[in-house]
Amino acid sequence: MNIIELKGVSKYYHEHPVLQDIHLEVKKCEFLTVLGPSGCGKTTLLRLISGFEVPSSGVILMNGEDVTGLPPHLRHVNTVFQSYALFPHMNVFDNVAFGLRCKRLPKQDIEDRVREALRMVKLDDFMMRKPHQLSGGQQQRIAIARAVVNQPLVLLLDEPLSSLDYRLRKTMQMELKQLQAQLGITFILVTHDQEEALSTADRVVIMNHGFIEQVGTPREVYEEPRNLHVAQFVGEVNIFNTIVFQADPEYLQVEIEGMPFKLKNTGKFTADQKLYILLRPEDLEVWGINEVQNPENMYSATVLQVIYKGSTVDLILKLKTGTQILATQFFNEDDEKLDFRPGESVLVYWRTGWEVILSDDAR
Amino acid sequence: MTSILVQGDNELMRLQLTMDNYLHLFNSHYVRVFLRSFILAGICTFGCLVLAYPFSYCIARLPEQYKGIGLLFVIIPFWTSSLIRSYAIVAILKTHGIMNTFLMWAGIICAPVQLMYTNTATLIGLIYTLLPLMILPLYVSIEKLDVQFIDAARDLGAKKYQVFFNIILPLTLPGVLAGCLLVFLPAMTLFYIPDLLGSAKTILVGNIIQNQFLAARDWPMGATISVALTLLMGIILFVYWRCYPSRQELL
Repeated sequence: MNIIELKGVSKYYHEHPVLQDIHLEVKKCEFLTVLGPSGCGKTTLLRLISGFEVPSSGVILMNGEDVTGLPPHLRHVNTVFQSYALFPHMNVFDNVAFGLRCKRLPKQDIEDRVREALRMVKLDDFMMRKPHQLSGGQQQRIAIARAVVNQPLVLLLDEPLSSLDYRLRKTMQMELKQLQAQLGITFILVTHDQEEALSTADRVVIMNHGFIEQVGTPREVYEEPRNLHVAQFVGEVNIFNTIVFQADPEYLQVEIEGMPFKLKNTGKFTADQKLYILLRPEDLEVWGINEVQNPENMYSATVLQVIYKGSTVDLILKLKTGTQILATQFFNEDDEKLDFRPGESVLVYWRTGWEVILSDDAR
Repeated sequence: MTSILVQGDNELMRLQLTMDNYLHLFNSHYVRVFLRSFILAGICTFGCLVLAYPFSYCIARLPEQYKGIGLLFVIIPFWTSSLIRSYAIVAILKTHGIMNTFLMWAGIICAPVQLMYTNTATLIGLIYTLLPLMILPLYVSIEKLDVQFIDAARDLGAKKYQVFFNIILPLTLPGVLAGCLLVFLPAMTLFYIPDLLGSAKTILVGNIIQNQFLAARDWPMGATISVALTLLMGIILFVYWRCYPSRQELL
């Protein structure tokens, strides 16, 4: 069951396209994240759903009904704003009760539901405080309580965690995920933080320049990016340009950085086609010169920089051809030392089949 | 100082300490003038507020490049002496002035109405003169109002009037109060406007002070009324300060 459907929605500001021909289906009770760089139109998408903007063309359906021109106060969606927008002249209770009071619910109902909502975000002791007396994380939770107390069909979150520090952001991501499961409401979260998008979402929508580039589970968009932009935006990636020598339906013959490879033909590629070969840094294995007996199919490279990250080590390497690549190494029982130094010569290897192959005109 | 001296026969005042002048204040005549000024100034303030709020709101929501022009129109009248502008109002309101001619031409009235030398004329003059003083602080606080609060309220289901009374008005209250003070205080004391436009009956505090000094030559009494007025305004300002200790920057 689709709770929200966007059909061919476009939005122009003074002839300038912000969103173009967006088709999106949001399922009931899912946690959807919209990921894209700033200015890609993701906030506009949210404002179209909440009713603050009217699409230049296209239709928005909510629960099967056309809501395209409906103003925000008549839609069953609520928004958590980026800067929370808590009313500064009201205390926490009045803030959370605002939506219910606008609907003129009985006093007792309002009080019960506000208390319930505040208990859910663990802030029922702060009812009489003013917003400016609360910390960022607390304000964030009040903003969430203020939205969910109205029992919306969909909760929209516009970069809600961007002003919190790293640790708090992590905690809030988990809390949001729990809250969504507990309430059974559809969440649509807009963010430019790829880690946040992947770790909270059931499905991720990746946007760029007013288009949707890919929709899929976090795993799909990370492991099978549809094009270069998706691959580069979701996580780190090494990109190699190459041309197909020979191709049959099963295998491709290519040369990557001066070394021939035989790869599975995953996309019906033909000879002479230009390709991008994508490799995630964690798919590359780096060995010291003396650790390897048979350096076949391995690149020799020089370590340029070692970035120690606690559980992993990032290495910036320079191949013989001059290309710089990034490799991430994990500490595990196979490889406890991981003691690389800048200037050291190493060997780089990857298991064929882990790469992603894109044609250079992939959209 | 002068207020505790006595009026002299041949000189401006005699050196004789007295509190009589302050007791005179409670004379029904003065009390009535004070009350009348208070009410007139109150109506004037309210009128300014009602006119200025929508106007300021519109200017504050104009695109950035037009805001300056909007404000310029508010400020231009300041370039002319307000006394001269009062005479301009006389030209509009007098028996065969612009207003009456227009109303008769439009067929709304068949004979000229008496506008000059009434409380209404005084009020129109006061509102016209003091309107910019209301617009400017209102503009400042409306301009500072974050649109996100309005969006949030609409998002939570508030209708237009609910947004206005629950969000916009409370959040611009400092501007409203500042504007009211800026209008109310001079409205009590502007003596030349009632002089020019109002009747002999609409004597306000400002006129009385002027009369005491210039016509009656009773400087001590004039000084007494001035002191009383200053105290009164001081109290109003004090109350405002106490109510909004954190928002003094608006004044």
